[in-house]
Amino acid sequence: MTTTAPHTDLGKTSGPTAPRRPPRRPGSLVRALPLTPAVVLLLLFLAGPIAYCVYIAFTDLQLTGQAQDSFVGFENFTRAFGDEAFLNAVWLTLVFTVLSSLVGQNTLGLALAALMRRASKPVRTLTGGIVVTAWVLPEVVAGFLLYAFFRREGTLNAVLDQLHLPAQNWLFTLPILAVSFANVWRGTAFSMLVYSAALNEIPKEITEAAEVDGAGGWRRLWHITLPMIRRSIGTNLMLNTLQTLSVFGLIWVMTRGGPGGRSQTLPLFMYEQAFQNSLIGYGTAVALLLLLVGSLFSLVYLRLLRTEV
Amino acid sequence: MALTLASRRTTRRLAADAGLLVVAAAFVLPLAWVGLSSLDSHADLRVKAPDGLTLDNFDAILTSEITFTPLLNSLVLCGSATLLTVVCAALAAYPLSRFRSRFNRPFLLTILFATSLPITAIMVPVYALFVQVDLIDTTHGTVFFFTASQLPFAIWLMKNFMDGVPKELEEAAWTDGASSLQSLIRVVLPLMGPGVAVVTVFCFVMMWGNFFVPFMLLLTPDQMPASVSINDFFGNRGMVAYGQLAAFSLVYSTPVILLYVLIARRLGGGFALGGAVKG
Repeated sequence: MTTTAPHTDLGKTSGPTAPRRPPRRPGSLVRALPLTPAVVLLLLFLAGPIAYCVYIAFTDLQLTGQAQDSFVGFENFTRAFGDEAFLNAVWLTLVFTVLSSLVGQNTLGLALAALMRRASKPVRTLTGGIVVTAWVLPEVVAGFLLYAFFRREGTLNAVLDQLHLPAQNWLFTLPILAVSFANVWRGTAFSMLVYSAALNEIPKEITEAAEVDGAGGWRRLWHITLPMIRRSIGTNLMLNTLQTLSVFGLIWVMTRGGPGGRSQTLPLFMYEQAFQNSLIGYGTAVALLLLLVGSLFSLVYLRLLRTEV
Repeated sequence: MALTLASRRTTRRLAADAGLLVVAAAFVLPLAWVGLSSLDSHADLRVKAPDGLTLDNFDAILTSEITFTPLLNSLVLCGSATLLTVVCAALAAYPLSRFRSRFNRPFLLTILFATSLPITAIMVPVYALFVQVDLIDTTHGTVFFFTASQLPFAIWLMKNFMDGVPKELEEAAWTDGASSLQSLIRVVLPLMGPGVAVVTVFCFVMMWGNFFVPFMLLLTPDQMPASVSINDFFGNRGMVAYGQLAAFSLVYSTPVILLYVLIARRLGGGFALGGAVKG
C-alpha cells in the first residue's frame, strides 16, 4: 500500500537548488494533473450513477405512462421487504453464494491446488489448462455450454444414464443447484490460482518436519497449511463472494431466473422489476441494497488487506 | 525405509493424479460439447462423436450478419474502451507511484474499494441516467462506462507495476531536461512494457466477455457486440441450430483464450489478479 518515497524529495525543498537536483519542482497541483482524465471518468460514469442510484431508489420512477416521478421516501424499501418475490430472491442469492462460492469454488479450488503439488506434471498441466479455460471463456458462452450440459436431453443425463442412475430435468427441478454448479465450473480457476500461489509460499521444511513428527495428512492440513494461508483464504472468499453476488449473464442464459423465479437471484430480480415490470424506482432500490451488501464485503476485504500490509 | 518412503510418494502421486483426472473429466464435458458439436452436422445438446466431420456449421455462420458485424462491434467497443482505460490508468498511476502526497493513500484505498463493488448492481440506474443524458444506445457512451468500470482495477495494477521501475533512470532523464510526461512516455512505460501488456490484455478480455453492460446500454441490433448477439441463436431464429451455436461460440471465444495464454505467465499464477492481492 505504501508508496515508496522518491529519492530526492522534490516538493519540500525551498532553498537554492542543489547541483544534482532536477531543475523543475512542479507544485502538487501540476503533479496531480495526470490524474484528471481518470478522475473525471470515474466521477461521471461511476460515482455519478451510484449517486443517481441513491436518488431514484427513493422515487417512483417508471419506464412508461408517467410524466413526472415523485419522491416516495422509503416506500420502495418497505415494499421490498413485504414482497415475497424479493425475499425469495434474497434467499436464492444466499443459497447461490454459499453453494457456489463459499463451498464450491473455494473448497474445490483449494483441493485442486493441493493435489497439484503432488501430481505428475502432465496431469497437472492438463487439469490446470481445462479448469482455466472454463474461467477464461466469455460469460455467455459458458452459460450456453452449461445449459447444454444440464438440459433434459443434455450431457449430464446421458452420463447418468450410462451409470444407470436416474436422470432428471435439472433446469426444471433444481434450477438453483444447476446454476450454482455452473458458477463453480466457471469460477473455480480463480481460487485454484490464488491457492496455488499461497501454497507455494509455505516453506517445505515446515511440512516436512511435521511429517517426520508423524502428523497425518489431515492434521497437517488443519494445523499447518490452513493457518499459514489464512490470509489468502480471507481475500479469496471475499473476492469470490463479490464476484458471485453480481453474476447475471450466466443465470440469464441458463434459466432467465425461472422456472417460476426458482433461480431468480437479486440481479435478475432487479432487472425484472426495472424492465419487465417497468418499475425503475423499485428495481433501483433493490440495486441499492445489493450495492450496500457489496460495499460491506468490500470494506471487510480492505480491512483484510490492511492487516496484511 | 527409503524405499517405503519412495513408494509412498508414488502412491500419493498416483492418488493425486487420479483425483485431478476425475475433476478434469467433469470439467471437460461441457467444453467437449462445443468442440464436437461445431463439427457435427446433426449436433444436439449431448456430447457425442460427430455423425460425420463437417465444416458446414462454420460455413453457415461466417457471414457478415451473424459473425463479422458483431465481432467487429466487439472489437470497436472493447478496443476503444481498452485504449482509453490504459491511457487514463497510465497517466493516473504516474503521480501515485512517483510523488508523495497525503492524498495518495485515501485515493488508493478508494480505488481498491471500487475494484470490488458489484457493478451489476448499478446497471439499472446507469440505464436510467443514460436515457436522461441521451447516451443510451451509443457506442461512445458504452465505451465511457466500460472504461470507468474497469479503471479502478487498471489503475491499481498499473501503479503496482510502475512501482517496480527504478527511479534513478527517470531522474537521469529529468536532469537531461525531460518533462514528467516525456519521462513517463520515453522511460517509464517502455521499462514496464510487460506490465502495460498485462493491463491491456486483461481489460480487453474482461470487456470482450461482458454481457450485461452492452445488453443494457445498447439497443440497436446493428451495434450489438458478439456477447449479446449470440442470444439471437435462441430467441429469434426459432429452431436452435446447435451446431452453428457451437461454431459461433468457438469463433467468439478464440481471441480471448489466445490473449490469455499470451499473458498467463506474466500474471504469475493469478496473483496479480486478486485485486493485486499483495497490495
